[in-house]
Amino acid sequence: MIPIEHYYLVSAVLFAIGLAIVITRRNAVLVLMGIELMLNAANINFIAISQHAGVPGQFFALFVIVIAAAEVAVALAIIIRVYRHFKTINLDEVNEIKD
Amino acid sequence: MTEILFYSFAFIAIISAFFILFTNNVLHAALALIITFLGVTALYVFAHAEFLAVTQIMIYVGGIVVLIIFGVMLTNKAGTSHYKTGSTHRFMGAVVAIGAMSMLIYGILKINFKAIERVGQGGIEELGVGLMTGYVLPFELAAILLLVALIGAAVIAGQDLKNTENK
Repeated sequence: MIPIEHYYLVSAVLFAIGLAIVITRRNAVLVLMGIELMLNAANINFIAISQHAGVPGQFFALFVIVIAAAEVAVALAIIIRVYRHFKTINLDEVNEIKD
Repeated sequence: MTEILFYSFAFIAIISAFFILFTNNVLHAALALIITFLGVTALYVFAHAEFLAVTQIMIYVGGIVVLIIFGVMLTNKAGTSHYKTGSTHRFMGAVVAIGAMSMLIYGILKINFKAIERVGQGGIEELGVGLMTGYVLPFELAAILLLVALIGAAVIAGQDLKNTENK
């Protein structure tokens, strides 16, 4: 039986790495990967607690996965639109709202 | 034995997450993301959440990473960039990430996990019955959200029909 703390520590490390990816990388797709990593790290907490505290944790994790799927679809649509307009997805160069 | 497997899967997940952080190739990062998700899936199995593990593989590895790879390929000029990308604000990123991690670990070590009352682990039957009874409203809302996101993504990314007709 693995103690819950260890799930939580793995989740904290993954969350910090995701945060570092979002802050340091300038490619919009990589930033999106960082966000997915952070959502997944949060999911580990829900799952880890659900093995003791019952099934509600798994429902939360399930809905987080659904939200992540919806979010990545819309985000990639926006990224493709931005690429068509600016011809780049470097977030430092995308700095104007209108033409 | 279980412990060794758990820690090696956690190690694999963290190492490939670090690879995403440091690689300069976007496609390699997408492939490392698959390894990270599979490692996290193994942690789900160790926590007795088999349904969530299968869902994770199907949606994250089968859906989201494929979408991300499509995004990478659609946003690179063919043959010129070789999917290279850099990183900025490295010092601030390291400071913020290490600060957040130490705060989280400090909080985690303060939690009294022994106070959790054990009500037993839910099986897949409990999950299915719950989705149709107590959690039916969020379930339906999730369905509507997915539909809205699908239509929204198609509208945002689709070609502008009026402009193409005028040309």
